[in-house]
Amino acid sequence: MNFFKNIRTFNGGIHPPEEKQITKDLPLETMPDPEMIVLPTVQHIGRPAKIIAEKGKIVAAGEVIAEADGYISSPVLSSVCGKVEKIGMNSTVSGFQKECIFISKSDNGEIRKYDPINPEYASLDEIRTRIKIAGIVGQGGAAFPTFVKLSPPATKKIEYLIINGCECEPYLTRDYRLMLERPADIIAGLKISMKASGAETGIIGIEENKQDAINILSKLVENENRIFVESVKTKYPQGAEKMLIKAVTGREVPPGKLPVEVGAVIQNVGTAVEVYEAVVKGNPPLYTWLTVSGKGIKNPKNLKVKIGTPLEQVINFCGGLTQDAVKIIAGGPMMGVGQYELSAPVMKATSGIIVLTESEIHSHQETNCLRCGKCIQVCPMNLLPTRLAKLSQLGRIEEAESLGINSCMECGSCVYGCPANIPLVQWIRIGKKSLLKLNQQKKTV
Amino acid sequence: MMEIIEKKQLKLKLTSSPHIHSDLSSKKAMLYVIIALLPCVISSLVFFGARQFLIILTSIFFTASAEFTVRKIRKQESTLSDGSAFLTGLLLALILPPDFSLSSTAIGAVVSIVIGKEVFGGLGCNIFNPALVGRAFLQAAFPVPMTTWVKTEFPVDAFSGATPLSAYKFDKVITDIFPMFLGNTGGSLGETSAIAIIAGGIFLVFMKIVNWRIPFSIITGSLVFSGIFYLMGKTPDPIFHILAGGLLFGSFFMATDWVTSPLTAKGIWIYGFGIAFLVIVIRVFGGLPEGVMYSILLMNAFVPLINKFTVPLIFGGKDE
Repeated sequence: MNFFKNIRTFNGGIHPPEEKQITKDLPLETMPDPEMIVLPTVQHIGRPAKIIAEKGKIVAAGEVIAEADGYISSPVLSSVCGKVEKIGMNSTVSGFQKECIFISKSDNGEIRKYDPINPEYASLDEIRTRIKIAGIVGQGGAAFPTFVKLSPPATKKIEYLIINGCECEPYLTRDYRLMLERPADIIAGLKISMKASGAETGIIGIEENKQDAINILSKLVENENRIFVESVKTKYPQGAEKMLIKAVTGREVPPGKLPVEVGAVIQNVGTAVEVYEAVVKGNPPLYTWLTVSGKGIKNPKNLKVKIGTPLEQVINFCGGLTQDAVKIIAGGPMMGVGQYELSAPVMKATSGIIVLTESEIHSHQETNCLRCGKCIQVCPMNLLPTRLAKLSQLGRIEEAESLGINSCMECGSCVYGCPANIPLVQWIRIGKKSLLKLNQQKKTV
Repeated sequence: MMEIIEKKQLKLKLTSSPHIHSDLSSKKAMLYVIIALLPCVISSLVFFGARQFLIILTSIFFTASAEFTVRKIRKQESTLSDGSAFLTGLLLALILPPDFSLSSTAIGAVVSIVIGKEVFGGLGCNIFNPALVGRAFLQAAFPVPMTTWVKTEFPVDAFSGATPLSAYKFDKVITDIFPMFLGNTGGSLGETSAIAIIAGGIFLVFMKIVNWRIPFSIITGSLVFSGIFYLMGKTPDPIFHILAGGLLFGSFFMATDWVTSPLTAKGIWIYGFGIAFLVIVIRVFGGLPEGVMYSILLMNAFVPLINKFTVPLIFGGKDE
């Protein structure tokens, strides 16, 4: 009974069916490399990488085939040894056509490794540079370049390095599996990140429903005096950056600001493992971890796959789709992106492929807003989703701006529980786009 | 959900996130409220006789037909399937006196839907609770039948033909708590049995259809305000006020109407305590023995204003 215990969390949020039992006991399995790898130049937030590979050239695994362009950008490494077959447009899981490099796999070839660094004696810059050249980006979904997060501006001080093990999206279990299978590497990655960012305290935030992960990690940090494991309430979107910071530090990131504003940096457990691998072991990040789940997939699995593997191959490896599959999503069902082109490849920050059937979606007819206020109760950002959606629909964008439309992180909690089934967050997205356009116009005038 | 593309070979649906939805719909919510009202329907039949069922049927029939007809005339899509017209009909019947004339019931039902809801644009657009609009109209049009209370038919305690509130107001007779709790006192069909109302009300709070703050604020508010006047010797004890008249029914089933109650938690506290204050003031100082209906309608009118002034502070403080 932890009824009287004060469980750390945030206000609002929802409890969608977790559906994690489908894959939670399946160990991460390595999928064989596909014949052809497709690597988009945009797998991160920021400027697209500049292609340096040439058609027909032989590349090694881990070789840079596209360079970072500017500060907020990230290089693309070839995830296999092989030949550059083509450079051209292809669908990506973001839903857009992007420039991609196609590489056919060859059976023999080298993996380009880095020199191992001992983080105890390494300089700050050495670690940051390694993370930068390895092209590591946040695995939580937004894919923000990790070295940028770990390099705070001179005026800001990072106090907390928070590892995000919430995995609040339904179905996804890859973070959970990583915590069970590689707990020591996560803590090593956390320590390296703490050193690189200058953070004094490390916190691993995990939702209560993953008690065995909490136990394992707590045990490992028993003798650490700067690292803590915090169990937080199981609630969507507990794993959202601002919500987790609120839960474990009590601080609120101001609207429009980054976590560094309150002295915090958040990193996904997968990112921590990649940081450890690249720095200590000298392994370039060639893989990502995926949960392939949902009632629409024949053999759900937790997978370790090469970045750039087309979705189709992953789905086939998992036994293919069932007859009644109706939706394929890259990421979780709450914030993931619906897919229509299965040639799109798995990217650096892809955390899952979820295939849903009609019975899991619960789609029903849209009616008028009943003003029940449920969207307001669940909004983790304390916004008025119904009002914002209406204003966006009516084109009253400036009013929507004054009500904080830009603070919406599009978690979709409002839509999930709306009895009138109004596409609230979808309207808000449209409103945010119009606001952006409006502000650009204002600038040019 | 916005469907953009449906791929022929794969039959995939493509929408923007979120991709899953809870199984709650407007229709389901209405159904839950109707289920929650069943104990009240049963109590009305037990205490006032099986023929009260005719009032319920008449009311529901006329609310549904009125909505259907208005929609037809205005060439709008029929919204009968959302169930709200049936719910309005049931709610109206349950706040009418026993043995009320069926033709007047029909008039009240039509007014509820047409004036109470459809003139504003239908479900979700109205300002006032439709069932209460219908009742307010009947109260004005037929003041005598609307305040004529038949004796309960329940064999245990045949009580005089007055409600506990009118008995107190006009004759200074205080009714026992127990019959008021059970429901064998005078009053509207569904409002006399506290236990039936609480059973249904708790179900709704539990199913998260009703925001618990509304009944909680009205009931505690009434306890506090009537307590003050009780200590001043002007009125019976607070428990009497909670159990008497339509207070419980109003706080669980009328004030909680989604459309006509405030959006935010802060707004709901203002709304609930406002209703409680008005009810007690009307009961203590007004000419009428009962004031729940007018209190809720009056606070309904303030809801847009309340919503305007209770916009919550955005996470992380104010912009700029």
